[in-house]
Amino acid sequence: MPLIRRRNPAETDKNSGPDSNNRNEKSEEEEEEENDNKKHKNKKKKSTIAKAKKVEEKSSNWSCVDSCCWLIGCICTIWWVLLFLYNAMPSSFPQYLTEAITGPLPDPPGVKLRKEGLRVKHPVVFVPGIVTGGLELWEGHQCADGLFRKRLWGGTFGEVYRRPLCWVEHMCLDNETGLDPPGIRVRSVTGLVAADYFAPGYFVWAVLIANLASIGYEEKNMYMASYDWRISFQNTEVRDHTLSQIKSKIELMVATSGGKKAVIVPHSMGVLYFLHFMKWVEAPAPMGGGGGPDWCSKHIKAVMNIGGPFLGVPKAVAGLFSAEAKDVAVARAIKPGFLDNDIFRLQTLQYVMKMSRTWDSTMSMIPKGGDTIWGGLDWSPEECVPSKRRQRNNDTQLARQNVEGNLASQSRNVNYGRIISFGKDVAEAHSSDIERTVFQGATKGLNVANTTCRDVWTEYHDMGIEGIRAVAEHKVYTAGSVLDLFNFVAPKMMARGDAHFSYGIADNLDDPKYEHYKYWSNPLETRLPNAPDMEIFSLYGVGIPTERAYVYKLSSSAECYIPFQIDTSAESEDEDGCMKDGVYTVEGDETVPVLSAGFMCARGWRGKTRFNPSGIRTYIREYDHSPPANLLEGRGTQSGAHVDIMGNFALIEDVVRVAAGATGEDLGGDRVYTDIFKWSEKINVQL
Amino acid sequence: MASILRFRKLCYVEPVRSSSLGFRSFETLKVDNKEESVVSKVKNKLLEKKKNTRQSKEWRCIDHCCWIIGYMFTTWWLLLFLYHCLPTTLPGFRVLESPGTRLKREGLTALHPVVLVPGIVTGGLELWEGRPCADGLFRKRLWVGSFAEIFKRPWCWTEHLSLHNETGLDPPGIRVRAVPGLVAANHFAPGYFVWAVLIENLAKIGYEGKNLHMAAYDWRLSFQNTEIRDKALSRLKSKIELMYVTNGYKKVVVVPHSMGVIYFLHFLKWVESPPPMGGGGGPGWCAKHIKAIMNIAPAFLGVPKAVSNIFSAEGKDVPFIRAMAPGVLDSEILRLRTVEHFMRVSRTWDSTISLLPKGGETIWGNLDWSPEEGNGCDFEKKGEPSMSDNNLNHSNGRRGFKVKDPVKYGRIISFGKAASQLPSSQLPTHDSKESLHKSASTNFNSSCGEVWTEYDEMSRESIRKISENKAYTAATLFDLLCSVAPKMMRRAKNHFSHGISDNLDDPKYSHYKYWSNPLETKLPNAPDMEIYCLYGVGIPTERAYVYKLEPSDKCKNIPFRIDSSAVGDSGSCLKSGVYFVDGDESVPVHSAGFMCAKGWRGRTRFNPSGMATYIREYRHKRPASLLEGRVTKSGAHVNIIGNVALIEDILRVAAGATGAEIEGDKIYSDIIRMSERINLRI
Repeated sequence: MPLIRRRNPAETDKNSGPDSNNRNEKSEEEEEEENDNKKHKNKKKKSTIAKAKKVEEKSSNWSCVDSCCWLIGCICTIWWVLLFLYNAMPSSFPQYLTEAITGPLPDPPGVKLRKEGLRVKHPVVFVPGIVTGGLELWEGHQCADGLFRKRLWGGTFGEVYRRPLCWVEHMCLDNETGLDPPGIRVRSVTGLVAADYFAPGYFVWAVLIANLASIGYEEKNMYMASYDWRISFQNTEVRDHTLSQIKSKIELMVATSGGKKAVIVPHSMGVLYFLHFMKWVEAPAPMGGGGGPDWCSKHIKAVMNIGGPFLGVPKAVAGLFSAEAKDVAVARAIKPGFLDNDIFRLQTLQYVMKMSRTWDSTMSMIPKGGDTIWGGLDWSPEECVPSKRRQRNNDTQLARQNVEGNLASQSRNVNYGRIISFGKDVAEAHSSDIERTVFQGATKGLNVANTTCRDVWTEYHDMGIEGIRAVAEHKVYTAGSVLDLFNFVAPKMMARGDAHFSYGIADNLDDPKYEHYKYWSNPLETRLPNAPDMEIFSLYGVGIPTERAYVYKLSSSAECYIPFQIDTSAESEDEDGCMKDGVYTVEGDETVPVLSAGFMCARGWRGKTRFNPSGIRTYIREYDHSPPANLLEGRGTQSGAHVDIMGNFALIEDVVRVAAGATGEDLGGDRVYTDIFKWSEKINVQL
Repeated sequence: MASILRFRKLCYVEPVRSSSLGFRSFETLKVDNKEESVVSKVKNKLLEKKKNTRQSKEWRCIDHCCWIIGYMFTTWWLLLFLYHCLPTTLPGFRVLESPGTRLKREGLTALHPVVLVPGIVTGGLELWEGRPCADGLFRKRLWVGSFAEIFKRPWCWTEHLSLHNETGLDPPGIRVRAVPGLVAANHFAPGYFVWAVLIENLAKIGYEGKNLHMAAYDWRLSFQNTEIRDKALSRLKSKIELMYVTNGYKKVVVVPHSMGVIYFLHFLKWVESPPPMGGGGGPGWCAKHIKAIMNIAPAFLGVPKAVSNIFSAEGKDVPFIRAMAPGVLDSEILRLRTVEHFMRVSRTWDSTISLLPKGGETIWGNLDWSPEEGNGCDFEKKGEPSMSDNNLNHSNGRRGFKVKDPVKYGRIISFGKAASQLPSSQLPTHDSKESLHKSASTNFNSSCGEVWTEYDEMSRESIRKISENKAYTAATLFDLLCSVAPKMMRRAKNHFSHGISDNLDDPKYSHYKYWSNPLETKLPNAPDMEIYCLYGVGIPTERAYVYKLEPSDKCKNIPFRIDSSAVGDSGSCLKSGVYFVDGDESVPVHSAGFMCAKGWRGRTRFNPSGMATYIREYRHKRPASLLEGRVTKSGAHVNIIGNVALIEDILRVAAGATGAEIEGDKIYSDIIRMSERINLRI
């Protein structure tokens, strides 16, 4: 703008000559011509009308369309200028800005450790979790023309908006087999690109990869074990030979890096997947990988589980029951545009439910261990730690004392064991006060008028109103009875699930039935491999309220809708309470409660137990969540949230150190902020 | 003058008023024009009328720009919207059915796992560690893709793509690695596919990640170095073994392209050699794991293009220049040195040496003789497939031979058009070796040290000596290159060999430098394996060059240039300083076909187990219309991967067919006759 302003006098000068009248006229004519070009119709008036009049005439011709065009032009020009400036900006500019505001940033851990002299040593394998891996199309129906080898999942999700129904159709699996529907092949993206970013700008593994690269890692000693996270673990091998590929890749990397064992870094559901892998690889050939009983001890140095839902997550229950879980990015990714979109509003959730119920893998996250682990009607291992009094310091001892002080007042009214309860009063009442009816016997009838909503199929339509009422009248479900509930409301899904997953606790691990693959991903029904030199880490974030139990209600119009909804009106009386919007929360990383992430390493596998016969050493490393200090920091370098923790500098440093050869002891052993040990003691599992 | 004075006065007098004016115009920018004129009238009665009009004129200037831009955008959006609304297949417009769909209907399904081996320059490279100038490029593609970085930071880019001049490995502090996976080479640049079409067709009959693999490697390195640095060969071996097992013990079909062909030849020897140098797979590995090798546009015996490329960086070697040419070569600023820079970068790449002509004068002809001589140069019109009528062809050739003085293709480089045509007895003879190897006193000019090419280190005199020798054949060529690019050739000697072996049992041939030369290795012992040579014909292909000395004495220039003024008569094979023969634009027919036509045909000393070889030629046809795209019937070096007939052949073999089932040889060129003229003991 200043430029233009400065030019004003010059132009004025030119015009202010003696022949200004002439010029005036000329300029008017010019304008006239330009207007002609614009195909406006004042041609006739050209020479006859007085000049003063002309001016007004013209300006009136500056019509609405022109203004619009003008506005668009203006915006575009400004945008271009900004874009140009942005591109001309040196790439380190944002960093300067951040440093100017917050002071010098610490070196990223990779650079720091490189200065310390750490170098590549052990090959590293990443195992991504649910929903973070990309999926691409290999064969599709007519509607997906031109999407060959384009990403359907991950990336921009552009297709969700463009052809939502087509997209849902391709993401669904077959409802009976849990494999591809006929004519559709959607496969996981391979290589590091599969899960480095989930969406543009939303990193998953990228930061960790970059830090490993700065101490010398590259493609030949890093491997992303991407798999199709929709299908059950054993099916990834049956359909895609994914487990064989991982086995062969690990063998290759160990061989080519001079016999250095691999460090495995699974995240989220990848933890269970890798647990399955470790059993699979040592099992004999037809069902397993035939690697022999010492494969793991020969090839694996350490398993560094990040945010591992060893014992499942309550979120999965809500997700399967009413598609309302904020789990996973399913809803989160789709929500902003899709859920609130007026056209699709009515049925979006149903579509999500229909889609996610065909995914076997979601069932691997249903809480395992039943009432023993997750608590019965009247007790639960955790207690509510109000957010106000949560300790941020490193001193666990102090934190524990504080919490114990509060224990008496708090633990009475939180019944975490009741994972689903209908109505808030039920959630808080004593168990003897609750009247429960048995729902299994309730007759399922066809819904009366479901013709209107036939295209969206969910199994609720088969249940009938009576069945739904029966479910609601049972009032309270614990981790054990939730399975019965699912068997009732989603029989097809559970039929598939029963063939692939198991949720119990083994009494006798020597029972030959435990050789079946459906037990392999349940840490309470398998033994760890015989590998005394291996180390197992459990790295997870703490300090974020995490969903643990839900208060449900029957939704008012039960016709085409999902009949159950989380009762968002249920709030605890005092503001310290652990219930908000109908959800009871506990300590965790926003998705996985501490209990699920830490119990196995804190107790189940600690020392020589029946689950860990060779005495593999286990370590717990907790990372206290502190939100990013300012916007420039992005998602934070000290975050403890389920996915964001992958950018946590302390965690990255731990991983890099182990990859460069350190042991758990070198890292400093356990690092605990929560009461995980105390809570674990309360759980009565035979070890 | 007066106006200037007035201008000054006004500037001096009016600053206050004009600034207020400017401010107002800025303010009213958002208001409608009409309103603006009214407002200005009301508010600024003090202002003269002329100012009012001047202001509206100023309005006009900016407004009109904005208006036009806005108009254009709206139209563009509208068109874009309409374009998106368009159904993907217009009614009435018949889309050509892809071979994959057709064969799927025939009942073909995925059977044998397929491994694709990309050639030179088509594979992607990404940055893993770089200098400060490459900040923010971590794991971004430097090669392949949009090539945006060339334009943004050209120096940085050349620095990162160069290799170390002594070792041929990474320079310190820089790690550039091959992009893995199918994405590595499906598209070279946006819209310029390499493997994409083939992959899509394979997918149609059921291929996917588990039985389709792209063996990406860093194509800048020498073959053995890809194993030493990246373990690329080990990874390929393990991948093939895995696919073999997981797909129900079905052998693998390998589809290498261009340089990938000799890379895979190297792999075949490597995998069966004992461990320290080889992969330790044992002598039966290939027989156990490989069903067929379908070499696309194979450069078995090298390409003459590589010579001119190294010698004067002028090769049109496939996509490189094509990608560079529009922007960089013609760019005024970079013009002077682009070629030199390219030469400097490409001379650090060992792999280019693997493409130098192999087999010396026996294969490529000497001063007076060449296997191709006597063939006409109007390839596109020529003949029917000559399955059985070799005789006819033969006589045709002979007639041509009598009519015209044969072109002396054997002289791959000759200085001056005359020298390329004289009988050898009239050529001035120098003892080339002596003159070439005389150490040149360096007149290295420090004023132009920035762009370093090895020519700067050569004296003017030795350059002249080179040109006095007039003609170089495939054998003497190496002496020439040794003198102009000593460092590169020194590196190369450790990794590649270009001769013909007399006795293949000589223990020296167990060294890896011989493994990529089909004339110095035996094929593995795998009688059931099949080798295909699939290549395009009907495109003039560079075969020999007429050079001249660059007149200017400037130090920065490459002293030799192709003499583009040398043109033959119409119908002759000489065009702008280059002699052409039949081929696929990059690889001459006899380099692509000789091994399959003669060297390995039957049980020979190069092919002791007598595995079957097949030649499949694809005649180049220009696309009839724009809608057809560049593919479907192309025979050009890279485009041939989109050739429908070739795709069909590959699909059939991958689905289990043998060479005999796809009708054996399909020959259009004179390859059989040419091969017979080559006097090689087999």
